[in-house]
Amino acid sequence: MKILYFAWLRTKIGVATETVDLPAEVRDVGALVEWLKTRSPKHADALANSTVVKVAVNQEHVPYDHPVGAGDEVALFPPVTGG
Amino acid sequence: MTVKVQGEDFDVGAELAAMTGGKTGIGGVTLFVGLVRDMAGGESVSAMTLEHYPGMTERQLEAIEAEARARWPLDDALIIHRYGRLEPGDRIVLVATASAHREAAFESCHFLIDWLKTRAPFWKMEATPEGERWVEAKDSDDAAAARWTKPG
Repeated sequence: MKILYFAWLRTKIGVATETVDLPAEVRDVGALVEWLKTRSPKHADALANSTVVKVAVNQEHVPYDHPVGAGDEVALFPPVTGG
Repeated sequence: MTVKVQGEDFDVGAELAAMTGGKTGIGGVTLFVGLVRDMAGGESVSAMTLEHYPGMTERQLEAIEAEARARWPLDDALIIHRYGRLEPGDRIVLVATASAHREAAFESCHFLIDWLKTRAPFWKMEATPEGERWVEAKDSDDAAAARWTKPG
């Protein structure tokens, strides 16, 4: 699975993208975020407050109970500030 | 109906002329132009860098524009949003809507700018005398977008 990080999530974690092999038990966004926290202290710090971490699956905004699978493009980012 | 995500500046007059040229059924155009301010939260801002999510940005802006077209009788709509490093006074965003009727043009333009602020994947980083900082999303932007949510 391809994971993308934006804005301060990217600067905190230190990479813009990573490719991960998803454990079988990770089936939705919430479980994915919890699993990503275990990858490094930087991930744990950046993802500590999940209420400010927004998620898009295949470029659509989704809630934390949205399903995820190996072929998805998942992006994690803070609330948007364009305009 | 056009969406552009670009690093370079845009010419508001040229965009307006391109939008209305030869279309005599248009009764009015509403334009919103967003600019970079030199102050934020009481601190001076010397530059702003906009990051975006290529692919998703265009997709979200097109979806927002399609929603506006479904809600109002529009002859045309245009969204241009810049990314990269900008300085105070620079243009960031242009939203333009054209309709036979002024109310549709005003309301749809307002809707588009409110919705893109909460849906389009852009993030701003400000350079201040204290260093660089990511701009936090404002609750007031969510409230502005929420008023366009249809009941039920």
